[in-house]
Amino acid sequence: MTARPQDAPVLEIRGICKTFPGVRALDEVSFNVGKGEVHAIVGENGAGKSTLMKVLAGLHAPDGGKLVYNGQEQSFTSPLDARLKGILLVHQELSLSPELSVAENIYLGAWPTNRVGVLRKKKLHEDARAALQALGSDINPMTRVGELSIARQQMVEIARAQAFNANVVIFDEPTASLADTEKAQLFKTILELKERGRSILYISHKMDEIFAITDRITVLRDGKYQGTETTAETDIDKITRMMIGRDLDAYFHRAKSAPGAEVLRVEKMCSSDFSDVSLSVHAGEVLGLYGLIGAGRSEVAESLFGMRQIRSGTLYWHGEETPFPKPRQAIEMGISLVPESRKEQGLVLGMNGRENTTLPHLSAYAQAGVMVHSREMQTYREYVDLLDIRTSGPDQLVATLSGGNQQKFVLAKWLCGHPKLIILDEPTRGIDIGSKSAIHKFIAGLAEQGLAVIVISSEMPEILGVSHRVAVMSEGKIVAEFTGADQTEENLIAAVSERRNVEAPEEGSAERPPVDARAVMGGQG
Amino acid sequence: MDRSSAVIALVRRHGLIVAFLIFIVLVSANSPTFLTVGNFLDVIRQTSITGMIALGVTFVVITGRFDLSVGSMLTLLTVVVVDQHNAVGPGLALLFVLVGGMVLGAVNGLLIGFIGLNALIVTLAMLSFLQGLTLLYSGGANVNIADAQSWFALFGRGTVYNIPVPVLIFLASAAAASFLLRKTIFGRTVYAVGGNEVATRFSGINSRWTIFLAYVLSGLATAGAAIIMGSRVMGAQNTIGQGYELTVLAGVVLGGTSLIGGSGSIWRTVLGIIMLGFIQNGLLLLGYPYYVQWLVTWFVIIAAVWIDLGAKRGRLFA
Amino acid sequence: MTAMLGASRSSAHLPRVTNWLLRNHIWIFLAIAIALFSFASPFFLTLNNLGNVLTQAAFIGILAIGMTMVMINGEIDLSVGATLALANALAIGLQGVIGVWPAVFCGLLAGAGLGFLNGSIIVLSGMHSFVVTLGALIGIRGLVFVYTGENALMVEDFSYTEYADISWGPLSLTALIFLGLALFFQWILAWTRHGREAYSVGDNINAAFDAGINIKRHKIINFTICGALAAVAGILLSMRLGTAEPNAGKIWELWTIIAVVLGGTRLQGGFGNMWMTIGGVLTLAVLRNGLRLLNTPNYVELMVMGAFLILALLLDRFISLRMAK
Repeated sequence: MTARPQDAPVLEIRGICKTFPGVRALDEVSFNVGKGEVHAIVGENGAGKSTLMKVLAGLHAPDGGKLVYNGQEQSFTSPLDARLKGILLVHQELSLSPELSVAENIYLGAWPTNRVGVLRKKKLHEDARAALQALGSDINPMTRVGELSIARQQMVEIARAQAFNANVVIFDEPTASLADTEKAQLFKTILELKERGRSILYISHKMDEIFAITDRITVLRDGKYQGTETTAETDIDKITRMMIGRDLDAYFHRAKSAPGAEVLRVEKMCSSDFSDVSLSVHAGEVLGLYGLIGAGRSEVAESLFGMRQIRSGTLYWHGEETPFPKPRQAIEMGISLVPESRKEQGLVLGMNGRENTTLPHLSAYAQAGVMVHSREMQTYREYVDLLDIRTSGPDQLVATLSGGNQQKFVLAKWLCGHPKLIILDEPTRGIDIGSKSAIHKFIAGLAEQGLAVIVISSEMPEILGVSHRVAVMSEGKIVAEFTGADQTEENLIAAVSERRNVEAPEEGSAERPPVDARAVMGGQG
Repeated sequence: MDRSSAVIALVRRHGLIVAFLIFIVLVSANSPTFLTVGNFLDVIRQTSITGMIALGVTFVVITGRFDLSVGSMLTLLTVVVVDQHNAVGPGLALLFVLVGGMVLGAVNGLLIGFIGLNALIVTLAMLSFLQGLTLLYSGGANVNIADAQSWFALFGRGTVYNIPVPVLIFLASAAAASFLLRKTIFGRTVYAVGGNEVATRFSGINSRWTIFLAYVLSGLATAGAAIIMGSRVMGAQNTIGQGYELTVLAGVVLGGTSLIGGSGSIWRTVLGIIMLGFIQNGLLLLGYPYYVQWLVTWFVIIAAVWIDLGAKRGRLFA
Repeated sequence: MTAMLGASRSSAHLPRVTNWLLRNHIWIFLAIAIALFSFASPFFLTLNNLGNVLTQAAFIGILAIGMTMVMINGEIDLSVGATLALANALAIGLQGVIGVWPAVFCGLLAGAGLGFLNGSIIVLSGMHSFVVTLGALIGIRGLVFVYTGENALMVEDFSYTEYADISWGPLSLTALIFLGLALFFQWILAWTRHGREAYSVGDNINAAFDAGINIKRHKIINFTICGALAAVAGILLSMRLGTAEPNAGKIWELWTIIAVVLGGTRLQGGFGNMWMTIGGVLTLAVLRNGLRLLNTPNYVELMVMGAFLILALLLDRFISLRMAK
């Protein structure tokens, strides 16, 4: 596989900028995409990948810069506009209507009709069949999309690229919900598109996939362009360095405390989302739980907090065997869960900061069922000072706060009950660098005060920077655990990639023979 | 802030009240009887039945759900209170009706809160079911209170210091409901469930109970309304509560409580209901035919909710 | 998270029977109801009676057709009962002034116009269709009372009511129009751009927007259809009764919603069709007719229907729970 010459780019991105309130999401990003090229975009969460995709697909208008497409400057007024001009985004969350047929979904918004608006179904089906067959798929275009598996639904989205004759197809984390065989099929399809001279932008966290199928890799960090590498001439280490681009220890704060007594231990915990999960965490210790999206990390966290049904397993709380709690009991025992999605799971946006803070502990702020306002205000003030939350006053609705300040209220909410164990699920997701650093420092502080802390993150540097110990999850299982000097990016990547047998190993991944993660660790250490 | 933008801010926050005051001024200028204490009390007395129900329905609406069964429930409970008054006397009849209202609310709450069925459809089904139950109970006949001198008449017809008792009941209940909603743990969870049910469950709150209790309250409030209704009419027909569910909802919406849930308050509901009453009363005093008020209500609901939404969104059109 | 969302979007893993049941459970209900009543009453399964069932079903049925269009969009229209009453009153009240057919046309126009108004307010303001049409329900009913002067209007020329007696075998004109409209709109849903867009708008409004579908115009059209169909039902009612009562069609909007939901169309939008709605409407009508033939009192009918609806909801819940697993 070779990178195409740069002199015939299909798409040139020149100095694109995009600012959201408080965040510079894209800052003068420039690069080229060649014809028939599979081009990866990588970067940490919040590096600006998604924003870039949305700009290219016509969902966001850029604030500055130019898009040159097929040699002409373009600006897309809507997603349909981009689609008709030949740029198609395959969403991570599929944008299909389950009640419509495969053919209707492929041509959504551009159906062939006669003059009074009656669908020419025969033509529609023939066109759709042709588009699917061109991609080597045997899906019947007359089937309702809702009756297809997720992988086949994705194929329907991809078939749009063929149908609309798209020159550039953007994939946003396409393998997040696919099984291994389905992944292999997807990669085959992507290569098929490439053979036909289409250009592909491939966004993913998964290095093994990127090294398996892409020609070049562009790295973004904090909204800025870091460079483009030819896949065959680079390696994971270099790309990772470009993604992180800074000295870990300067940004991350690891707690200086030594782990004390065991607070929580679970053994062989099983549910429909994960199996045989065993882990323990001690007072004063930060346990990192690393894994890719969909690995089952959040499900483990929510199960420990009682939000999900457990099939089997044992839980020890301070060394004593205890039944798995319900959320209310978990809170009373002293378990706090800062959930993954701030807006959906963390906060009631239509309430103010005070009401959100006390929500899990209402009875502590009430006398005979009646709220005591002064007690609430005391806690509110205490945590606004402690966490340095910027608000215009106790009545300001959290909906109107910035992301960082909202996240601080989520922390306040889960700290004011004085927990023994706090689980933080992606605590810095969608937060700017400045606030991130403050939150890392804060996590270290919690451990130093003697709390047991579990941090879940898909950002490798974050997890390495703050944890005493890292457990790696993949496909519903804990596949490795690292401490001390073994806690390296290489080991984490190896442990995650280990269980994913990607078809057609390419140069990048061939360096890593399929061996046990611990063996890799030993061999390099 | 200069003066004109201060006025705009005031209109945005309290646009409804401003519009209402303008309406009152306009009507007062054209009708000498409108702006009198007697007339005001009369309006509140007339709205007390709708108002009572609306207090309960407000809890349900803030949890982000509907209760369309209150009209049928009002009919059934009124028939029961009147009939039981004749059978077991006023004291026990009151008890039966209050408990009965809570039981009917609990059935809604069970199906919607605990089983998680769609509130609109469940309460629609209850609307039909309770209509049937009413006919089954009454055998299709109208019932009347035999003893015209019963102290039961107090609730609908009595006065204390010239203030009608139903007005006192309504206002006292509103104060209690407001306290419950604003000051208690339960009230806080009602807002939380309506605002974000997932986050509420992540906070260790049993949202099912909250929803269940909101429906029980709705039933209880309807029982209160049934007592006033039975006492005022001293009898009951099998259609006496028909259509109340929608009038009540209109009042709640007019007050600015959002059907999406998570916001609203008792005083807003009271305001909405009383405004409906004043529109009716004012238009009648101005000599318009009775049903013109419905047309005006249509206009007022659309205008009030639209302006409210537009102010929150920062622009008028979606 | 994504995997979970995905699972609920796909029914690929379900057995065929479950898949079929999920879409067509109403026909089982209908078959059971017909079987039961056929056994219980010798008069039920006669051509004449079945014709009656269809005629009785037709009014709610025509309202339900429009409601289905709106509901597939994920919206609701509470004002159909009042619109029916207005068209009913206009068709009769204007006859003496402008003649029969112009009066009928005025009724139709009023219904379509009110539907257009509802739809426009909803898409322009972004308000919940429940609130907008609740307001309209009250206002339009008020309009009816103001127009009729709170009295029942009577036709002057009774030949008007003879249209209702036109029949084709056991099928009355009303029933024929109901079936014709239902088939026509099923055709619209299945075969035309507008119909297919309805699903896309109701199920995945972002995808519809991305694909360049004019969502606002689309919804306004469906509300206009809903209003116009309510007027058609009102006009047919005026032919059948020869009078226009201001209270005509009161709480029919609720029966209509019940019929549509019973058929299987979802309130959340994106799912449903006219076959389901016909099934729901017929099931309600069969229940009502059968119970009357058995001389059961009115209250049994009301209670059975309420219980039936909750049963259908529980069944739907049960199947979707199995689907999520």
